[in-house]
Amino acid sequence: MSETQSPYSDPQDDPDVRRAQEERLSRVWAAPRGWRYFSAVNNDKVGIWYTLTALGFMAFAGVLALLMRTQLAIPENDFLSADTYNQMFTLHGTAMMFLFAVPIFEAVAILILPAIMGARDLPFPRLSAFGYWCFLIGGIFVAGSIFLDAAPDGGWFMYPPLSTKQGGIGADIWLLGLSFIEVASIAAAVELIVGVLKCRPPGMHLNLIPLYGWYVLIVGAMILFAFPPLIAGDFLFEMERAFDWPFFDPERGGDPLLWQHLFWIFGHPEVYIIFLPSIALLAMMVPTFAGRPIAGYSWVVLSAMGTGFISFGLWVHHMFTTGLPSVSLGFFSAASEAVAIPTGIQIFVFVATLMLGKVTRSVPMLFALGALAIFVAGGLTGVMLAIAPFDFQAHDTYFVVAHLHYTLFGGMLFPLLGGVYYYYPIATGMMLSRRLGVWAFWLMFVGFNVAFLPMHITGLLGMPRRVFTYSADMGWTALNMTSTIGAFIFAAGFLVAAYDVLRPKGISDRAKRNPWNAGTTEWMMEMPPKPWGARCVPHVESRYPLWEQKDFLKNYDEGRYYLNDAPDGRRETIITSVLDAEPIQCLRVAGPAFLPMISAVLLGAAFILATFKMYTATGIASALFLGAVLYWNWTGTAEHPEKEERDIGLGKKVPLYVSGAKSTGWWAMFITMLGDLTAFLGLAFGYFFFWTVSPVFPPEDAQGPGWAWPALAGVLMLTSWAATLAARQMNGEGRVGAARLSLAAGAGAAVAGAGALIAGPWFSGMDPTLHSYPAIVWALVVWTAAHAGAGLVMQLYCLAASFAGRLTPRYDADLWNVSLYWHFMVFTAVVTSLVIGGFPLLS
Amino acid sequence: MPASDRDTDHTARTGKRQAEGAGATDRRLRTIGALLALPLLAAACEGPQSALSGAGQEGAEVGRLFWWMLGAAAVIWLLVLGGAIWAVMRPLGRFGERGANYLVLLGGVVAPTLLLSVLLFFGLNLLPDGVMPEERLRVEVRGEQWWWRVRYSDPATGELIATANEIRLPVDRPVEFVLDADEVIHSFWIPALGGKLDMFPGRVNRLLLTPRREGSYLGACAEYCGLSHALMKFTVEVEDAAGFDDWLARQAAPATMPAGAAERRGAELFSAVGCAGCHRIRGQSDLGDVGPDLTHVGSRPTIGAGLLPNTPQNLLRWIARPGAVKPGAKMPAYDMLAPADLADLAAYLTALK
Repeated sequence: MSETQSPYSDPQDDPDVRRAQEERLSRVWAAPRGWRYFSAVNNDKVGIWYTLTALGFMAFAGVLALLMRTQLAIPENDFLSADTYNQMFTLHGTAMMFLFAVPIFEAVAILILPAIMGARDLPFPRLSAFGYWCFLIGGIFVAGSIFLDAAPDGGWFMYPPLSTKQGGIGADIWLLGLSFIEVASIAAAVELIVGVLKCRPPGMHLNLIPLYGWYVLIVGAMILFAFPPLIAGDFLFEMERAFDWPFFDPERGGDPLLWQHLFWIFGHPEVYIIFLPSIALLAMMVPTFAGRPIAGYSWVVLSAMGTGFISFGLWVHHMFTTGLPSVSLGFFSAASEAVAIPTGIQIFVFVATLMLGKVTRSVPMLFALGALAIFVAGGLTGVMLAIAPFDFQAHDTYFVVAHLHYTLFGGMLFPLLGGVYYYYPIATGMMLSRRLGVWAFWLMFVGFNVAFLPMHITGLLGMPRRVFTYSADMGWTALNMTSTIGAFIFAAGFLVAAYDVLRPKGISDRAKRNPWNAGTTEWMMEMPPKPWGARCVPHVESRYPLWEQKDFLKNYDEGRYYLNDAPDGRRETIITSVLDAEPIQCLRVAGPAFLPMISAVLLGAAFILATFKMYTATGIASALFLGAVLYWNWTGTAEHPEKEERDIGLGKKVPLYVSGAKSTGWWAMFITMLGDLTAFLGLAFGYFFFWTVSPVFPPEDAQGPGWAWPALAGVLMLTSWAATLAARQMNGEGRVGAARLSLAAGAGAAVAGAGALIAGPWFSGMDPTLHSYPAIVWALVVWTAAHAGAGLVMQLYCLAASFAGRLTPRYDADLWNVSLYWHFMVFTAVVTSLVIGGFPLLS
Repeated sequence: MPASDRDTDHTARTGKRQAEGAGATDRRLRTIGALLALPLLAAACEGPQSALSGAGQEGAEVGRLFWWMLGAAAVIWLLVLGGAIWAVMRPLGRFGERGANYLVLLGGVVAPTLLLSVLLFFGLNLLPDGVMPEERLRVEVRGEQWWWRVRYSDPATGELIATANEIRLPVDRPVEFVLDADEVIHSFWIPALGGKLDMFPGRVNRLLLTPRREGSYLGACAEYCGLSHALMKFTVEVEDAAGFDDWLARQAAPATMPAGAAERRGAELFSAVGCAGCHRIRGQSDLGDVGPDLTHVGSRPTIGAGLLPNTPQNLLRWIARPGAVKPGAKMPAYDMLAPADLADLAAYLTALK
């Protein structure tokens, strides 16, 4: 860079040098144009698509709500038929939860997290893009079903036996469409967790992470442990619907409560998965408008963790009226009350921050205060509902409808809209209108309260949820009419905000730099934003560098921090260590490609074809998807750099290639497998749930898989695991031939192990349609065998990579990641063997 | 409150009894609640399906708890919001870092811990202790799509007496509802008397309620159970012990053949066109048991599970096209019968008092 003679002692003093750097960076990070635009993978593009799509689905679900409110405006209305109404409320809840509330977290995080971290992009841009396309396809499939009168109509909670007995494909659309979207959610969670752990700017120790980053980390972890039980439940559910495996059928040893447990073990953390990211936006906005740092950083981090943790212990409060023993009710009542404490702490920290500072009034602040008013009310009714005896009355009435909308509007929607006003400049370089913002806020705030405050009373007057009509003599008429009017006022406010977001902007709307005078890293961004994300990756020593670090913006603009150039014409970002944010790698991130979109289309085809029970076509689509993913991995990951090290500036040189626990790929595998393991434990939970609810389990006359085949399967899987580990070890030592042999042996053992696993129930003639016992044994076997299949593909991939020279003793990240997979795989296999082969010996 | 023709009498009666029956504490609490929240709340206790009417012991206790919680919640809400708005509006004040810490500690930790402990103590006290009193009445209720199969046991013989969509209870006597479901999950709920309990296929749940005030109330299914979940209701009549015993004795008796010609023709049609395949009329037709028992259908206040007042016209309308009244009803339509036949059938059923 500084080879030529220069009058400047530091090359960064030379404006020409800087201009050349900026040109190179712009070229490297530019999004493709024309129709290739949709091959973009940059977080700022994908993030905007993702956000707009999620808001679009919200508008769609909102229109469903307006139609339902129209139906309920007057008693005995015939505006909607019972059937249409039931499809609508099912889809309203489903879309709001799965197509809006969770994706919007991921969307916003993909959009702003790199900026908050001062990073150029997230570690796996193509994974973000893949997740987005999955979400779009799955969302259109699920939401579009209502136009064909084929939407699911079993409620967003899909309780069996109602939904297992229903004809039509509505429930299958729900199960498969949402499973597909859950894949996208988990992909985004993996991306975001690795983003926070590994892509922080140098110097940003754990205690300097902006609060948003903490919330993303916590919520990502929650997704990882909350979604898998639902995926396990979906798997069982679809097996019952498609193949008549009776997991939830009480006549054949099944139990509908198993679904309720799996669903709410997901469903309650889900509430906090939705709520915390929006609180995270408040945690960024409140200090800005108070003009001072947050008044209790550690309070917020610890209580957010507490909220996340406790939220996994509350699920039974959705099941208070199922007839559980009073001891359980008391325990879960107390736990449900306990979650109010960490939640309250976060709110009081915000209030305290406002009190300590000098508050600037703004539209985001207006939304923040509105959110507080609504959320506190929703929290207080939540405290009431957590008392089981009160819940006996209020459960499944409009009181709960009011409560949940108060928590979600106050805890999620209003902060989110505040966040839209706050972060709009980062996404577009423009400001939203203050005047329209104030109008939108008041219309929405008033409309919301007019709609939902009366519902508390409607519910206590006995109006159950999910009713398409009511009679005139119940005393609910005026209340319902009021709610309907409020809903339309709210919709008017939303339209004003939507218009403001979408209207063409002029010169007068352009944002100046750091328009809110904020202190956090993302506001160092140039206005309008440049494609490179960050001119250079800053060295961060404070929670509010723009306020507290001397000459921060000047140094940034003059490229005096890390990675101020793109000399090799590659997209690069810095990977740092988890605790101290020491730079450990310069990661070359992937550029534009259609591959993520194509992979998503193929995976979508597999799920959608399965909905229509076209299993051959499903198989073909799955095989094509597998091919696309292999091609993607082969061509797009773990490339060998042309040089070992990269000078990232400020006297730091870091390697371009790392493997094992230093690499982002290893972390992604680790995090994915934690989620996968959780899903497996959900299935194992099913086995033991049947054991606890059945007088004798396995049933006395039932044929089991015996102990020999499962034991053999366990031994073979252990062999495969050991062979994979040995291969990694030998490859590292340079004994490539031995490593290949060991991998091949491992692959053979994996095939044999899966075969032995299937042989157990197969040869003993266990028929999964007869009873829940053979069904759950088969479910565990199918799950484990499929995972062995994935492990086998990975082993063969490494073998091929070794022969092709992609996997060498120096460049062995693939093998590290595959052996990490096998750690989890072998645990899954051994637990399956012990449960199906060993447990019947004990009982 | 506008009242349609069909339920005028029991709505009115409910209202009057509520006005008489409310205790002094209740009234005071209600006044406080009404002042604090919304004038609409004052009306909140009224209505045939109100959870705040407190006509049963369990419901009344929860109602009292609710008013206390509401009062406390209103105060907390005002304090938090007042604090936040004051923080935004005031000119820069004398509020220091230490004060902020105290605020978080007090508002976020100490106050909620104390308040929630008190709430849990009083709230969880209301949990059922699982002890069923000796003198209780036992009523079996099974949720069907979308109606209620109800069985009392005959105090004289111990035999089960089947009825449907109507529950009568003696005042001041605990009643144990033995609940299950036919195919899908339902939830049994009489808001005026107390909380709800879910009904599962293949699992029995038990709910104890103690009616304390005579009157006519409504119950409903509270768990979404398919197409006509909204139309799965039942009537509840709480009366004095003598009235109840009379009613039960009448229900226990088999049906008597009505005298009129039209009714007799209706009875013949009942067997001839297939009604008897699904409906039992004890003493006259013992074949079917899929649909509601119709032994004393004429004495029930409603038909279609709390849907229509029990008049011959409505019966006729129901028999002709049940699906038009209740979407998805499993009973087939009989609109192929001549109007005269339908009228005779309706006359017969109406006569089964």
